[in-house]
Amino acid sequence: MTPLASTVVDLARVQFATTSLYHFLFVPLTLGLGPIVATFQTLWYRTKDEKWLRLTRFFGTLFLINFAIGVATGLVQEFEFGMNWSVYSRFVGNVFGAPLAVEGLAAFALESTFLGLWIFGWDRLSPRLHLATLWIAVVGTWLSAYFILVANSWMQHPVGYKIVDGEAQLTSAWALLSNDFALRAYLHTILAGLIFGSILVLGVACWHFLRGHDVELFRNAAKVALIVAVPVTLLQLVVGNRFGEAVTSQQSMKIAASEAQWDTCQPCSFSLFQIGGFSEDDQTPSFSITIPRLLSYMATGSFDGQVQGLTELQRQEERKYGRGNYMPNIRVIFWSMRVMAFAGVLMFLVAALGAWLYWRKKLERARWFHWTALVAIALPYIAASAGWILTEMGRQPWIVQGLLKTSEANSPSVSTTSLGISLGVFIALYVVLGVVDFVLMRRYARPDRPASQEEMPEPAVSY
Amino acid sequence: MDLQIFWFVLIAGLWSAYFLLEGFDFGVGMLLPFLPKDERERSQMFATIGPVWDGNEVWLVIAGAATFAAFPAWYGTMFSGFYLALLLVLFFLIIRVVSFEWRDKSGSSRWRAVWMWANAAGSFGASLIWGIGLSNLLYGLPIDSNGDYSGTFWDLFSGYTVLGGVTIVLLFAFHGSTYLTVRTTGDLCARAAAAARRLSVVAALVLAGFLSWTVAVAVDRNDKDVFPPILPAALAIAAVVLALVFVFARRSGWAFVMTALATVLWVATVFTSLYPRVMVSSPDFGNSLTVDGASSAHYTLVLMTVVAAIFVPLVLLYQGWTYHVFRARVGGDEVETPPLAPASGGSG
Repeated sequence: MTPLASTVVDLARVQFATTSLYHFLFVPLTLGLGPIVATFQTLWYRTKDEKWLRLTRFFGTLFLINFAIGVATGLVQEFEFGMNWSVYSRFVGNVFGAPLAVEGLAAFALESTFLGLWIFGWDRLSPRLHLATLWIAVVGTWLSAYFILVANSWMQHPVGYKIVDGEAQLTSAWALLSNDFALRAYLHTILAGLIFGSILVLGVACWHFLRGHDVELFRNAAKVALIVAVPVTLLQLVVGNRFGEAVTSQQSMKIAASEAQWDTCQPCSFSLFQIGGFSEDDQTPSFSITIPRLLSYMATGSFDGQVQGLTELQRQEERKYGRGNYMPNIRVIFWSMRVMAFAGVLMFLVAALGAWLYWRKKLERARWFHWTALVAIALPYIAASAGWILTEMGRQPWIVQGLLKTSEANSPSVSTTSLGISLGVFIALYVVLGVVDFVLMRRYARPDRPASQEEMPEPAVSY
Repeated sequence: MDLQIFWFVLIAGLWSAYFLLEGFDFGVGMLLPFLPKDERERSQMFATIGPVWDGNEVWLVIAGAATFAAFPAWYGTMFSGFYLALLLVLFFLIIRVVSFEWRDKSGSSRWRAVWMWANAAGSFGASLIWGIGLSNLLYGLPIDSNGDYSGTFWDLFSGYTVLGGVTIVLLFAFHGSTYLTVRTTGDLCARAAAAARRLSVVAALVLAGFLSWTVAVAVDRNDKDVFPPILPAALAIAAVVLALVFVFARRSGWAFVMTALATVLWVATVFTSLYPRVMVSSPDFGNSLTVDGASSAHYTLVLMTVVAAIFVPLVLLYQGWTYHVFRARVGGDEVETPPLAPASGGSG
């Protein structure tokens, strides 16, 4: 590989990483806040109690501000495959294009159209129908996530295809849709979404407690948030762990890298923290805190399971695919896995503490917890970003596991200059969007906002 | 029917749906700096497209993904070849998307002006580049024997393709003005009708010129006979001329139908002129991408056909219902129009 080519591939990778991580800051909140807002509106529909309407409108506004960037940045993702990865696109189009097209037709159309109806339909639709439009939009967002993850999971664990004339062709739609990897990733993602939504609602409610503003109203919001957050954060720890087991059998290198496990071991201890041990020349950490047998359990489901080491896997891969380096960046993978897992545990603790305080009727007065919950809004963002870094960088050097290398998949016709320009444009644009989004979210979430601004835009005239 | 041809036609149909629908909301966006005389009217213009623009843009996502699934080689070459042009499209679409959601989040007049201009610039820029881009598929671009684009950004600009861009800007502005005449009331509606009259003359002339040139390009550069490309081209010209007649006859409902028809027939002319190729290569004509060469295998096409047969009608159905829900004209006192679209709207 010439140095120039590697620069092109590197730039294309940086661009994809930047735009997709950014996109995924907004997507999970859409997935999780949608059903919570719909729950508020359902409670209003059932009880006719004004407080639920106020909460619907309050969090509905936050939902929409966030949704807009999700849509705008999602378009970039669809275009980017062809723009930066034309060789990849030709290779996988038969298989990978199908779920993307189905996503557009069956899911994205649903969420976009029905969300438009919900935003502007307050006085045009019957309350029942209006409530239905939001739930349908939520179903659209959940379907959308499924089809996108089906596509992504095929890159991690290709199924239902054959290679003909150097391109992958689909042989079984069912295999593609029921890909074990996709189903696990989907559950993991939906739970992540619900964590985003519930932690945000909890944090915003605590902000209001902190200022003593509308405490009565936001106690209801906090209650719903906690009912979601406690079981979901706990379940996510289990699901994330089981997901790891699937990865062990389908992407052994990723798991070995996420543990910086150089030698095959049985039983294997799990390293909570370590200094050093991340490169071939320095395989033994100079300092580490480990829990015996935990890695065996996490990777195989048995406290006595065997985990293959990096050295052995590297040798296997070379036998199979020829000479080359088949290890991802060990240090990044090791730490992204831990950041995700530690953040996951922290979020469970925050939720559990909140529930305990609520049960003891102390939630509105525990100022230290209000600050904690407010800061905890950042945790799901950190966890989800780390999770995607683990998933995508852990697959390297492959773009499609075992079938196509990232270094051979970029667009030959796109120069470093073009890539540089587009990367600059995206970064500049995304920074501006991010700042405006943050300012707006903060303004519409803050406790001391004049009550008149609390309302979502009424349709038509006040738009 | 051969599935590859079916998908070529369907993708033409998806682009038509996209341009027909987003065409008018691009048009409304472009007219934002010119038509309204105050903030209230500006809000009314936003309100005519507010509930539907996102649903309209869905057709772009579907058209793009359908191209990826049904013609991976076309998708790969086109999207990497049009790299900087598509970057610009994304830029324009993104500032436009957020302008819809963010404009009303503050009462500050400067804030509102910023997002109004973002919407106008985004609508104008995206229309211009779509016009240039689609014209290039037919006009021909340097493609090497691997099917990769071998030109530069500047190769996208020629007299013909730039005229294509200008044509689409004018056509969409015209389409947007006829849309406004059926969706607004009073003074704003009268000004939209006046704008439609002015735009109709220019749009009709330029579109007629551009489509005639398109037929010539199809013959010269894509080895086509005059027939069939002349057929959709002639119908498109007829539609835009009828639109002009209806605009002056104050039959705004029919004028809108005709600008919609002209938009669809413009896409039809481009795709009819392309077939059996999907991207013409110039100067090495032999490297052109064809429907046969660029398509997915049979299994994927069958699968996608089943999916499209179920979902395209379904999406059309619920989007149609959305237009029905928001059929009332946007005006000071929210006058309800009769359930069926008015044949002769416009008070002006």
